[in-house]
Amino acid sequence: MSLTIVVCGSLVPDPLQSLIPMPTPDGFGLKNEMMLPHVLDPWAAHALYEAANLAKKVNGKVYLVSLGLKAKLQQSMMTIAQKVPFELVAVDASHSGFSDSSAVADALAAAINSIAGLDKSSLLIFGGWESASRAAGTTMQIVGEKLGIVDQFQGVDEILLNSDGSFQVLERVEGGTHQVSVCSGPPAVLGWATGNLPEPPNNPQVGMLNMRIVMPAIQQAKPATIKDQALTFHNVEVPAQRRQTKIVKDTPVPEIAREIVEWLRL
Amino acid sequence: MEKILFLSHTEENGHLSPHALETLTAASRIAAGLGGELLVGLYGGSTGDAVQQVSGKTYTIEEKIFAVSRYATDAAAAEAICRAAGATIVVAPGTSRTMRYLSGVAARLDGKVDTHITGLSTEGGLMLHRWYYRQRMRAEIRRSDRPWFIAVESGIFEKFVGTGGTVESVSVVIDDKLLRTSVQGFKSPVTGEQTIRPDADTLFVAGAGWTKKQADGQTHTDNAADLILDFLKKSGASLGSSKSLVDLKGEGQSVLPFMTHLNQVGQTGSTPRHPKGLATCCHGEEPHVVGWRFITERRAINLDPNCGWAQGKADVLYVADAFAVIEEINKLLG
Ligand SMILES: Cc1cc2nc3c(=O)[nH]c(=O)nc-3n(C[C@H](O)[C@H](O)[C@H](O)COP(=O)(O)OP(=O)(O)OC[C@H]3O[C@@H](n4cnc5c(N)ncnc54)[C@H](O)[C@@H]3O)c2cc1C
Repeated sequence: MSLTIVVCGSLVPDPLQSLIPMPTPDGFGLKNEMMLPHVLDPWAAHALYEAANLAKKVNGKVYLVSLGLKAKLQQSMMTIAQKVPFELVAVDASHSGFSDSSAVADALAAAINSIAGLDKSSLLIFGGWESASRAAGTTMQIVGEKLGIVDQFQGVDEILLNSDGSFQVLERVEGGTHQVSVCSGPPAVLGWATGNLPEPPNNPQVGMLNMRIVMPAIQQAKPATIKDQALTFHNVEVPAQRRQTKIVKDTPVPEIAREIVEWLRL
Repeated sequence: MEKILFLSHTEENGHLSPHALETLTAASRIAAGLGGELLVGLYGGSTGDAVQQVSGKTYTIEEKIFAVSRYATDAAAAEAICRAAGATIVVAPGTSRTMRYLSGVAARLDGKVDTHITGLSTEGGLMLHRWYYRQRMRAEIRRSDRPWFIAVESGIFEKFVGTGGTVESVSVVIDDKLLRTSVQGFKSPVTGEQTIRPDADTLFVAGAGWTKKQADGQTHTDNAADLILDFLKKSGASLGSSKSLVDLKGEGQSVLPFMTHLNQVGQTGSTPRHPKGLATCCHGEEPHVVGWRFITERRAINLDPNCGWAQGKADVLYVADAFAVIEEINKLLG
């Protein structure tokens, strides 16, 4: 069985940076947003690594559909392209967390539909189950709906292909367990959690091959309008969360243990 | 007039979960605050017991096929109920089952969706509170588009106490195309202890320090595993982890056998809700600590007096060896 795996993945500011919300003429944004280093959205990145791993097994092909501002896509792809082989389809629009998922999903579905010769009967749509920006977990389902796909899974940690074309999926559910489902075959949408693969090391050769398509794809990226006039933000703020930390030093272990046990029992 | 529909699946036992009942309180507040009509929609393998837990007009879909959590059938049921009710605002508990399909159904009805709702107000129209950038910043949002689908977090509203609903059953056609996925059951990632306990009073977080070389130049991972499991057993705490600790497994290093990515707290992990949290051998870096947003009281044990917890992120930092402290705590907990 050959598969086409389309991974939807956008950019987010590096989580190690401090993020400060700020009103802009275009709605809310982040302070110095264009200066902040960006990375591929972490859960979408896991989806990409899982897609590449699966594609290798079945001689399949991976597309990365990424919606983001061109300048940021260009910078970030220098690193992302070194991870695993993929063909980029870029959409030029704001990757801000303050956009609405339905408009983003429309743009992503249109980009997927524009891939020449896409065969839905061998298509898996991957993405992160939640972004590190809007953090809503709502985009992939809408992409699936727009493409007419009703076999959908979220919080996926594993996919196993069976020889008859069906596949088993593990999805995160409450209480630290997985739901096990079997789907009779593609097409399907899988929103990934962490999966099982470590981040691949940078491979400059893979990077060179990918970049041949990445750069023209970014140049040709179609602009999409994703502003939702009917959605308004008020009071976006980083809460003053600083606590007065009491530092207990040079104290005998039994005393510390007693204090903690008392606190736990309160 | 707004029509506010509380929408939920029932549980295996036919009842509504505490999370669902809390969400029904949220829905009833919205209805009261906006002067709207409150409607209820329930679906599942059975709904009779759940109907007793709610009040008012209740649309139900009850069939064996809806006993399992599956996108295609759940979305079909939810869509049918939303259409029957003519809802303008749909309020659902943000369970894994609901989160899988809710935005898909919003798309079918040409609506909009907001999830992980942590608060609301109705003065001057409905305003929802949610966090952006994975609990980094809180925003209040309004929408003028309808229908508006809302998934509410647990632990925010009190449980609704109903007097029993008036049933109107809804029919939905399920063809084979919606049954391509079959649910096989559930699987714990590791055999043995269940370590994630959402209802526990305390979250106990283990960091990568537990697997690092200690003062004697050696690692003591087996001892760390015994101490942590003993603590969990005696305290009833839920187990969380830093990313670095769970990632060690992927890198093939010596790890705590019961720890998986499901335990990970933080930016790319969970944001659990517990009254207390105790961090051990964890540096307290920002991508980890954003996962502590809903932990009320925070204490940490770390050898490093300058670790992240000291920077206003914990209430108390004990500068001490976690191996020694947890061993002593376990003795005291008996
Ligand atoms: C995109 C991205 C996403 C991320 N998401 C997450 C996330 O979701 N969750 C997360 O946790 N991290 C996340 N991180 C990683 C985060 O930045 C830190 O690297 C990580 O949290 C560090 O884990 P740690 O504190 O366990 O390990 P370390 O930084 O290695 O700290 C170990 C600590 O153990 C202490 N220690 C050692 N021995 C003892 C002892 N005997 N007693 C007491 N203390 C001891 C040391 O003093 C040290 O402070 C993310 C990073 C990125 C870039």
